[in-house]
Amino acid sequence: MIAITLAVPDDFEEWRDAARRLAGRGVSPKAVMWSDGSGVGDLFASAPFSNDRGTAPVEVRASRKFIDIARSVILHSDAERLNLLYRALWRLQKHPRLLDDAADPDVAALERMAKQVRRDIHKMRAFVRFRSVIDEVGDERYVAWFEPEHRIERANADFFVNRFASQRWSILTPRLSLHWDGDSLMEGPPASRGDAPAEDATEELWLGYYRSIFNPARLKVGMMLKEMPRRYWKNLPEAREISDLVAGAHKREAAMIATGTSLFEQENAPSSLEAIAEGIVQCRRCPIGCNGTRAVMGEGPPDARLMIVGEQPGDTEERESRPFVGPAGQLLDKAMQEAGVERQSAYVTNAVKHFKFTPRGKRRLHQNPTAGEIDICRWWLDGERTLIKPKVILALGASGARGLLGRTPSIGKERGRAITQPDGTLVWLTAHPSYLLRLDGEAREREHGRFADDLAGLARVLATEHRT
Amino acid sequence: MSHPPVLERLKILADAAKYDASCASSGTAKRNSRDGKGLGSTEGMGICHAYAPDGRCISLLKLLLTNHCIFDCHYCINRKSSNVRRARFTPQEVVDLTLSFYRRNYIEGLFLSSGIVKSSNHTMEQLIEVARILREEHEFRGYIHLKTIPEADPELVEQAGLWADRVSINVELPTDTGLARLAPDKNGATIEGAMGKLSSAITEAHDARKRFRKAPSFAPAGQSTQMIVGADGASDAQIVGKASTLYDRFALKRVYYSAFSPIPEASAVLPLKRPPLLREHRLYQSDWLMRFYGFAPQEVQQATEEDGMLPLDIDPKLAWALKFRDRFPVDLNRAPREAMLRVPGLGVKAVDAIIMGRRHRTIRLDDVARLTVSVRKLRPFIVTADWRPTLLTDRADLRARLAPPAQQMELFG
Repeated sequence: MIAITLAVPDDFEEWRDAARRLAGRGVSPKAVMWSDGSGVGDLFASAPFSNDRGTAPVEVRASRKFIDIARSVILHSDAERLNLLYRALWRLQKHPRLLDDAADPDVAALERMAKQVRRDIHKMRAFVRFRSVIDEVGDERYVAWFEPEHRIERANADFFVNRFASQRWSILTPRLSLHWDGDSLMEGPPASRGDAPAEDATEELWLGYYRSIFNPARLKVGMMLKEMPRRYWKNLPEAREISDLVAGAHKREAAMIATGTSLFEQENAPSSLEAIAEGIVQCRRCPIGCNGTRAVMGEGPPDARLMIVGEQPGDTEERESRPFVGPAGQLLDKAMQEAGVERQSAYVTNAVKHFKFTPRGKRRLHQNPTAGEIDICRWWLDGERTLIKPKVILALGASGARGLLGRTPSIGKERGRAITQPDGTLVWLTAHPSYLLRLDGEAREREHGRFADDLAGLARVLATEHRT
Repeated sequence: MSHPPVLERLKILADAAKYDASCASSGTAKRNSRDGKGLGSTEGMGICHAYAPDGRCISLLKLLLTNHCIFDCHYCINRKSSNVRRARFTPQEVVDLTLSFYRRNYIEGLFLSSGIVKSSNHTMEQLIEVARILREEHEFRGYIHLKTIPEADPELVEQAGLWADRVSINVELPTDTGLARLAPDKNGATIEGAMGKLSSAITEAHDARKRFRKAPSFAPAGQSTQMIVGADGASDAQIVGKASTLYDRFALKRVYYSAFSPIPEASAVLPLKRPPLLREHRLYQSDWLMRFYGFAPQEVQQATEEDGMLPLDIDPKLAWALKFRDRFPVDLNRAPREAMLRVPGLGVKAVDAIIMGRRHRTIRLDDVARLTVSVRKLRPFIVTADWRPTLLTDRADLRARLAPPAQQMELFG
């Protein structure tokens, strides 16, 4: 039995020289026992086997693929790798294409080790975290502490030089330390965690980023653990945040659903106008629904060709629980009559079904609903649209239009022309009649004129629609 | 206007950026700063420097320059009518953050996007300025991904490609009706027009580089896009169809899928349940089938159920195999590569290893076991020297036997 001790365990050239000599002399893998020396500079062990067997050494051949894979495998921390490598080299002399047979147990073991080493190399590139320190001469240096699983430090140095050549850095590990001074790479003795700086002000920003880029709506802890196993966590500053983020995630998602998205999650689309009328009475999904007022349902023929959508019920409408019966409704009636559009044949409703107001003494002052409130109430308006299937919809004011279009249009820019919806419906925009009520003098004259023009335009659209 | 501290704004603008799924830093030209000037390097393969508990890779500093936006897209947390906190960075602030993160090995580079402020052109100019300062003033050689704005002038989009490794434009929704309903300010034709222009610029620059070594590179890592899944009514079959058209027409590197997730301040026009995360995963699997396994888009669509959705309990490859049982079992000692790639449970690597291996030996079940994760799943679909499935392929309950048993949801870990 020949015992071979490798002086530098990650030195591929040293292993290759020894292995070449052994194989050249026909020494069977069964007769060799490989082991690792104590580390750096351990020179006592080179090949104490007899060289004089009388026969000339035969040439030893190895494929490119074997050399590549062996360069990785030699870095593996498993002491058994050396015997495995030699056995593979030995078999390779008789079966030059051995490595193509991935199903062979030796080849499979080599591939597995090489893969683990490559992964460790990759993870070191990913997980080294530098901390900035000012050294004794006042220069900035970036220092990291890292604990690789395999002997990959030297093999990986080139990557860090290529990337960070313009800054001075050190990577400290339990086996050795690497130092780059901006010009050349130097190797130092093993280090300990305490040799590396304990903090860096920029880490606060990095942790803030890590917390914020995490999406609590999609927790996949298993996936994270697969790629960032726990054994790396102790040297990753951001890993401190993980347990907090996971614990908070379920809570945060529940809170988000409670305030937003899934307000109608449990609901099926309403099947009848009666269902909507009942639904809006019960609806507490936004603050207006919770203010204790009566909900006001739309009214009109269920097969109306024209639908009119206002903003929200006003004081009178709320008390009578009917849409457009107050001053604005009367103005609308009159204007429609003048334009020749029959109000009775239209279905009239509002973008928001409850009355939003601020109490001022005995009076209730109208307040505009917010975009969010309109968007929530759109569920009901969509229900009415689906059931009534109007050909043309008249939107009064920006709020009514938002309930229909899902965006807040500029009435001034988009009034008086048909906006075709994906389902083929035409939406026609004009100002809200209550706006006209607030004006006086010349402005009142002008706006009344424009309002009348818009309704006349609507009458023409309806006439065209009717013919087609 | 007073500015909150950098940390506060970083939190707001990273939070706003997290709904973009991509964090890839792969596929660009190799660069390094060995010459001691500049900073950074790129290898062919990107590096994920960290993982968040959502399982996503953190490779790039993913930020919005600002989350102010004049658009009002319903699925987007930054839409005009949303009530989120707003913040903005100056280009120089983004540059400083990128460099100080990069020097500490936190990231591979920058992925910068933005809400639309003032105008599309103004916003695009700001994005380009960040990339210019990084590349020109700091000789930054790390990765830059710029989101480009389809409505901006083509010359600006072109400039973005000169500085960036990757450019992307989001198609956002798989159907035009979905886009009209949920993103009223966007226009499908404009988006695809801009993607088309990028695509030809990338091809031209690639050709020029072949002939003139010094020709400027243009987005060497190509362009990608993102679709939101589950915000409109599109089925998996429609999404797969759309993705394959996009791959064909614009030579995209990747189509990313982002399962719509409940966002704070959500618009009520989205009265919908969150699609299961698994759906996103199944779509990525079908994407893989088309890109690496030789499936035609129609074949993936055949794997969907009557409602056009991919089954959630089994992967699309198994779903396809169960529908086309006459194509199995496949003899691993004789079958051509294409047929072997169709076997559920056999990956590209395993197939290639078996093909190499069968030149040396007759493949037995043990050999297959060494090369794959689970031979149990494979057995009904393969023939080896010592194995032939008897009747198994025809069993009506085959699906039930292969689908994983129902599991309770994990709570932690």
